[in-house]
Amino acid sequence: MKNKIKKVDLIFEKVDHLSILKKAFERTSDEIILDVIDSGLRGRGGAGFPTGLKWKFAKNEESDQKYVICNADEGEPGTFKDREILTNVPEKVLAGMALCGKAIGATEGYIYLRAEYNFLLGMLNEKIREFNKQMKNMNFEFSVFIRSGSGAYVCGEETALMESMEGHRGEPRNKPPFPTQHGYLAKPTSINNVETLVFALMIANLGPTMFKELGTFDSRGSKVFSISGDTPKAGIYELELGMSLEDFVHEFGDGDTKAVQVGGASGFCVARKHFKDTVIGFEGIPTGGSMMLFNSTRSMYNILKDYLEFFEEESCGQCTPCRVGCQQLLKGVEAVKKGIKPATYLNELQKLSETMKIASKCGLGQSVGNPFNSIVNNFREEIIY
Amino acid sequence: MSKFKVNLKINNIPVSVDEGTTILEAARKLNFNIPTLCHHDDLCVAGNCRVCVVEQKGARLLTASCATPVSEGMEILTNSMKVRQARKHIVELLLTEHNADCTKCFKNGHCELQEISNEYRIGDHVFIDLLQEKDRVQDISSPAIVKDDSKCIRCQRCVRTCAHLQAVSALAVTHKGNKMRISTFLDKPMNDVICTNCGQCINRCPTAALTERSYIDQVFDVIYDPSKFVVVQTAPATRVAIGEEFGLEPGTRVTGKMVAALRRLGFDKVLDTDFTADLTIIEEGNELLRRLKEALVDGKDVALPMMTSCSPGWIKFQEHLYPEFLDNLSTCKSPQQMFGPLAKTYYAEKVNKNPADMIVVSIMPCTAKKFEAERPEMRGSGYKDVDFVLTTRELGMMIKQAGIDFNKLENEGYDSILGDSTGAGVIFGATGGVMEAALRSAYEIVTGREVPFSNLNIKPVRGMEGVKEAAIKIKDVKPEWKFLEGVELKVAIAHGLANAKALMDRVKEGKADFHFIEVMACPSGCIGGGGQPIPTTMEIRKKRAAGIYDEDEHMALRKSHENPEVIELYEKFLHEPLGHRSHDLLHTHYYPRKRH
Repeated sequence: MKNKIKKVDLIFEKVDHLSILKKAFERTSDEIILDVIDSGLRGRGGAGFPTGLKWKFAKNEESDQKYVICNADEGEPGTFKDREILTNVPEKVLAGMALCGKAIGATEGYIYLRAEYNFLLGMLNEKIREFNKQMKNMNFEFSVFIRSGSGAYVCGEETALMESMEGHRGEPRNKPPFPTQHGYLAKPTSINNVETLVFALMIANLGPTMFKELGTFDSRGSKVFSISGDTPKAGIYELELGMSLEDFVHEFGDGDTKAVQVGGASGFCVARKHFKDTVIGFEGIPTGGSMMLFNSTRSMYNILKDYLEFFEEESCGQCTPCRVGCQQLLKGVEAVKKGIKPATYLNELQKLSETMKIASKCGLGQSVGNPFNSIVNNFREEIIY
Repeated sequence: MSKFKVNLKINNIPVSVDEGTTILEAARKLNFNIPTLCHHDDLCVAGNCRVCVVEQKGARLLTASCATPVSEGMEILTNSMKVRQARKHIVELLLTEHNADCTKCFKNGHCELQEISNEYRIGDHVFIDLLQEKDRVQDISSPAIVKDDSKCIRCQRCVRTCAHLQAVSALAVTHKGNKMRISTFLDKPMNDVICTNCGQCINRCPTAALTERSYIDQVFDVIYDPSKFVVVQTAPATRVAIGEEFGLEPGTRVTGKMVAALRRLGFDKVLDTDFTADLTIIEEGNELLRRLKEALVDGKDVALPMMTSCSPGWIKFQEHLYPEFLDNLSTCKSPQQMFGPLAKTYYAEKVNKNPADMIVVSIMPCTAKKFEAERPEMRGSGYKDVDFVLTTRELGMMIKQAGIDFNKLENEGYDSILGDSTGAGVIFGATGGVMEAALRSAYEIVTGREVPFSNLNIKPVRGMEGVKEAAIKIKDVKPEWKFLEGVELKVAIAHGLANAKALMDRVKEGKADFHFIEVMACPSGCIGGGGQPIPTTMEIRKKRAAGIYDEDEHMALRKSHENPEVIELYEKFLHEPLGHRSHDLLHTHYYPRKRH
C-alpha cells in the first residue's frame, strides 16, 4: 500500500504522438509487446486483464485480418474519465490504437463511442481524418473508424460491443472463444479501454520502467479517477495506484464521508470502518475509475435501490440469473423495506446474488452481487428499517 | 478426417472425446444427465438459460456446459454443491416470471420447464412472483399459431429457429432487462407479420409460449352432431409419426391403427390425402410438361423453373419474400386443398350427401395448413373446402381423450373412394418425395418406360442435404413428346426455408438453370412439420423418413398415374388433367404480400 496520494500526469500530458509512433514503428511487434508486458499495465476499463498478454494473444493468431477496438462505451455510473481523455488528447488515443495495430498486425481500428458522447463525433471525425492521413504519410497501413453506440450499458461488455458493431442486438457472446481469437467479424481482435491505449503509448514513449516504478506489485502505474458525490473536489484526477481509501477520503472527502462506492454501480461499497485497510488497486478493490463518495445525509437503501433499478433495466435480458435475478434483488429489498418480507429474506437474496455472480453469462450479471452484498453487509440496518 | 482427442474428467471419471466436443456432450457420453433449456440439437449454441452450468475445478465461475468445448485436463463436476444451488436458483427464477398454470396448460406433461421443476421439486419457492395480470395475454390472431408470452422463458429457441432454420425472422428479441421479450416487428399480431405459420418454433419451444391453435373441441362438436357428415383425410407424414404420441419409436408405421382410431373417434369416413397427392402428381406433372412445351416448342415466355406448391409455409414465404416468382409456383393446390373441394363435389354426389352438411377435417403434420384452409380462395366447392385442420399432436390428444388404446388397435383400411393411394403419394411426406413421385410418372408418360432407377427408388433426390440437385436425361421419347428428346431435365430440392432462400437467391441471380424445384418449408419435409410430435431432431426425422420409404416399398402400386381411383376420377368427373373442372377445383393463384 502506498501511504500517500500522488498525482501523476501521463494521460493528459501533451506529447508529439507522431514521433512516438515513428520510433515505435522502427521496432518489432514483439519488442513493443514485451515492453507493455514488462510495464505491468492492466486494462483500465475495470477488469484489469494484462494488456501486453492480450496483445500477444492477438498477435499470435493467424488471420488475414485483425482489428483494434477502442472501447469508449463508458457507461459505468460515476465514470466520466474517457470523455475527458477523448476531449483533451484524442490524438494520443488514436496513436495508442495504431501502436496496438502495429503490435498485433491489424490495419483497421474502431472507436466504439457511447451514444451519449455523440457530441464528440464531429471533433473526433476531424481528428481521425487527419490521423489517417498522417499514417498514410508515414507509410503505415492503419485507418481508424468510429462507430456509435445506442445507449445500452451492456454494450460496454466487449463481446456485446462487437455484436453491436456488427449490427446485431447487443448481447454478450459465450467465451471461449475470446475476442483475441474470434472477435469483431470473427477475426482476432484486441479490444482495449481508451485510457489503456494512452498508457500503452506512454510506455512506448518513456519505457516500461517509469511506469513500473509507480504503483504496487499488483497494480502498476497510475489511473485516471472520476470522482463524484459528496466531495468538494469532484472531477478527473490521475493518481498513482495502490493508495489506501483512507488517504483518498482524506484528500477528497467532505469530512463526513460514510461510504465510498469504488468502481461504479457494479463495484464495491466500502464503509468508513474499512477505509483504513482498503487498497485501491487490483490487490484490493479495483476500479474502472469511478469513486463516488457518500456522506451521512445519504440513505444507503436509496443508493442500493438506484443501482438495482439501473441493473434491472440495463441487463441485456438474455441470461436467466441476470435478467430475473436483478428483478428479484430489487423487488426483494423493496419488500424487506416495506415489511412484506422478513429481514432474513436478505440472506436468501445474498445467496441468489452468489448464483448471479458465478452463473451469469457476462460481467454485468456477475458483478451485480458486488454492490448488493457490500451495501447489505455494511448497512443492513439502513436496508431493513 | 481424424480428430485430436481431448482427455478430461467428469465427476472424477476420465473420458476421452474429440476436440470441439462440448462439456454437455462429453457428460452425456458418460450418461450424466445435465438439464438444458435453451439448447436444441437443431440450433446454434445460445448458452443463455444457464441451467446447464457445471463447475470446473479451479475456476471462479461456473461454466455453461452446452456452450463450452472441452479442454485437455479439465476436471468437471456436474452436480457439486455450487452447481446444485445455482441450478435450483435458476429454475426458481424462471418460474417467477412464468405463468405456471400447469394443470390447465396445453403443454401439460410435454413441457421441459415442468420436467426440470419436477426434478427439483420447487414447492415452497421463496422468490417473488414477477408475472403481472397484464402479461397474461395470448396472441390468437393467427389461425395457426398461438403466442403466449406469459409462458415464455426467453430461451430464444424460437428466434434461432425462425432466423437460422427458416430465414424468416418473424420472431425476434425486443427490449432489454426486465422488459426483454420475444416479439414481432413493431409488436404486430402474429397474423400481420411475415410469419409463414410453419410452426417450427412450436416444435422447439420448451414450454407453451408457442403452440398450435387447437380445434379439437370444434371437431368433436361436429362429430357428435348427427346432422353433419364428417370425413377426415390424413396426410402422408402423419402415419409414421403419430405412434410417437403413444410411446412408439419414431418412424413406426401405424397407418392401419391410425385409420382404426379415426373410425373409433366417430368420423363418418376415413379418407386419405395420399389420394390427392397422387392427383397432384397428375395435375402438376402435366403442368410441368405443358410449361416445357410452351417454352421449348411454342417459344412462349413461360415461368421456369416451375416450383412445387404443396407446402403452404413455402407459399406464404414466396408471397412475402419473392413475389416476383409467384408465376413460377405451380398453380396446383396442395393435396389437402385438392381433397376438400373434391370431397364436397364429386364425393358428396357419390355418397349422396348435401355438401352443406359435410365437414372435411384434415390431420396434418403441419400448422401452416390451418392457415391455408382459411385462405379466402380455398372455396372451390362453393363451401369452405376444408373445415378444420388438426395437427398430428392434436389427433394424439383426441385419441387419448376418447379412451382409445392406440397400440392395441387392429389395422384397418381407408374407405373408398378418395382413400386409395400409391407409394408415390406416401413419399410426399419426406423431402424430395414430390420430386420423386413426379419423376416416376412424368418420365413414364413421356418415354413409356419406368424411370431408370433400381426398384423405382430415385436415390439422388432423397436424403437430408439442405439443397439437392439431380438431372435425368430423357431419351427415346414417345412421338408426341418429340420436343423433349435428349433434354436433360434438371431439378432441385430444398427443405427448410433457409435452404429454400439460398436456392431462390441462386435462381434470382440467374445462377441456376433448373426446370423443376421442390421446396418444403420444414426441415426434412413434412415428416419434420410444425404439427408433428415433439421433440424433433435430425435423428428422429431420419427415422420418420425411413418409415415413409418403407411404406412406399410395401405399397402394391407406386406410381401416381396407376392409382385406380385417380383414373376413375378423370374418367367420370375431371375428364382431363388441367381441364375445366380441374381449373375450378384443383388450381389456385397467389398474392404478393408485404415484407413486414
